[in-house]
Amino acid sequence: MTTPRTLAEKVWAAHLVAKGEDGKPDLIYIDLHLVHEVTSPQAFDGLRKEGRPVRRPDLTIATEDHNTPTLAIDKPIADLTSRLQIQTLRDNAAEFGIRLHSLGDIEQGIVHVVGPQLGLTQPGITVVCGDSHTSTHGAFGAMALGIGTSEVEHVLATQTLPLAPFKTMAVTVEGELRPGVTAKDIILAVIAQIGANGGQGYVLEYRGSAIRALSMEGRMTICNMSIEAGARAGMVAPDQITYDYLQGRAHAPRGTDWDDALAYWNTLASDDDAAFDAEVFLDANTLEPFVTWGTNPGQGVSLSDRVPSPTSFADPNDRAGAERALEYMDLDAGTRMKDIRVDAVFMGSCTNSRIEDLRAFASIIKGQTKAENVRVMVVPGSARVRLEAEAEGIDKIVEEFGAEWRFAGCSMCLGMNPDQLAPGERCASTSNRNFEGRQGKGGRTHLVSPLVAAATAIRGTLSSPWDLENSPMNPINKVGA
Amino acid sequence: MEPINVVTGVAVPLERSAVDTDQIIPAEFLKRVTKTGFEDALFFRWRQDSEFVLNREPYNALGPTDSPILVAGPDFGTGSSREHAVWALRDYGFRAVLSHRFGDIFRGNAGKQGLLAAQLSEVDIETIWLIIDAEPGVAASVDLTTKTVTVGKSVFPFEIDDYTRWRLLEGLDDIGLTLRDEPAITAFEARREAWRPTTLPAR
Ligand code: SF4
Repeated sequence: MTTPRTLAEKVWAAHLVAKGEDGKPDLIYIDLHLVHEVTSPQAFDGLRKEGRPVRRPDLTIATEDHNTPTLAIDKPIADLTSRLQIQTLRDNAAEFGIRLHSLGDIEQGIVHVVGPQLGLTQPGITVVCGDSHTSTHGAFGAMALGIGTSEVEHVLATQTLPLAPFKTMAVTVEGELRPGVTAKDIILAVIAQIGANGGQGYVLEYRGSAIRALSMEGRMTICNMSIEAGARAGMVAPDQITYDYLQGRAHAPRGTDWDDALAYWNTLASDDDAAFDAEVFLDANTLEPFVTWGTNPGQGVSLSDRVPSPTSFADPNDRAGAERALEYMDLDAGTRMKDIRVDAVFMGSCTNSRIEDLRAFASIIKGQTKAENVRVMVVPGSARVRLEAEAEGIDKIVEEFGAEWRFAGCSMCLGMNPDQLAPGERCASTSNRNFEGRQGKGGRTHLVSPLVAAATAIRGTLSSPWDLENSPMNPINKVGA
Repeated sequence: MEPINVVTGVAVPLERSAVDTDQIIPAEFLKRVTKTGFEDALFFRWRQDSEFVLNREPYNALGPTDSPILVAGPDFGTGSSREHAVWALRDYGFRAVLSHRFGDIFRGNAGKQGLLAAQLSEVDIETIWLIIDAEPGVAASVDLTTKTVTVGKSVFPFEIDDYTRWRLLEGLDDIGLTLRDEPAITAFEARREAWRPTTLPAR
């Protein structure tokens, strides 16, 4: 009899090149290496210095995302350092024989949107990228790890990584989400519950009926933010929803390969009696739209709640952190979250910029006008998503609403390109980090779902569809209710 | 990589918890394509504030040769994977960082770049802060062989995983180490399933 194993343990075991002995970590094979311009130049430089080739260009793919402008993409990039960084990636890709999707290419976009859209992200594989939100790909039942530049160089050279063992945490979300409540609210609530470091050392496995009911986009949103709980990775076991999403995509297996792959994928789910090192539960039935008030993603509350008082935190670190956060965010304890006015709404990032996210946003703003004095920016996750949305008329809905329809990239998620908040500006953002200055020096970020972003753009204050008179998601407008 | 045995320098108190890598080095500095010269970017936003610890006596006079040792609150280096955070600390002169907890990716990056990330108990970190407060500029040393930190006359134990410790002590390059296992990698590739995805040829 074999010992029952979790999904994460199965994927790990299937990629073991050499078992680590005497405290050495295991050497793990990497199936897919995603590369972008920010964390790779020094890695390629290292290879060049040592005269090392890229071991598997056929398991490596690059795109331009962090620095790319979201306007006038046919013009040379104005910022010279950004232009140099992107040119460096182009030169490196050419020199080392790596496939690159450059600005203007249909597959260009945020690296974590591109992998799934090409069908490269598959169940049971190992994926790495020099970016912490690589955890996104875990939504397919892959082991997906964010790595640093030295590790990027290591994977380029060896297609493996020495990796320390991990612990496993089951995050079980049971019940049914109410209309207006989304995957983003689940993960913000999970992080608020376990804390911005509660996942440290763990691979999280999201399970339960509420997770099973989510689309792949929703599962990606959740796995994306695993890193905001400090976790090594997040995963969801593959199922029919995963297979339906994958089948027919450019790099999904075909013919008998598909059958072989499927047979394997069906063995991946955690065994019934597998033991997790920790367990967390969340009730989906009672969950409300969620929003952050502070400067780390664990500092969140229900939108119907108030800004908490620092004195309500028992842990002195949490209390000091809350005090500093309120000062930075310019908020007073006790203020109703819904009374908070915003200057900007950002709809985008690898957390929420896929077609389904854009559809959700558009469904709320359709036929409405944005609040005065609120700047609203909509940035699709990839050029392909942008075209798909345009085919559905979403660009028109966005423009008629008074919002800006942009080209694909990371954009205001981290403001490496010109898309930034001005000092003191407050933004409702569908991205994943509300750190000080993340969206621009002195900028203030409230993390929200696409639905909350849309309702906030309409009202100018933090709002959900429940606050909109005409929304079908407003419980008082429900037919027959 | 230079082997590390004992780091001796001035202990610098950073009395904040959850210092994420966006605070250690903001995104605007990530556009560079070099691996050195990030000293000016370290804690860039906070350094605009004259009260920030690195702007205060006696820490404002520190240079790289003083090998400062950073004594930080818990959850240091969380957030973004940017290795630039480690490069910035290293370029500024820091050779060791003490904290009760580190972001996982940061800790991995530190080990690869010869920055010693030593994990101490929360009480010990707070005790060290008290010692520094009483005697700003006090010398400290971090001894990797005995896994102890000495600040003034007090000695504290710290944790670091054995593998990282061995690599730091020997000054070993990770890639070189892994390439010793090259036959195992080739053997693994030979048994990999045919249906696993490849990026080339593009489809
Ligand atoms: S969208 Fe934001 S979080 Fe995602 S990869 Fe880009 S910068 Fe990172």
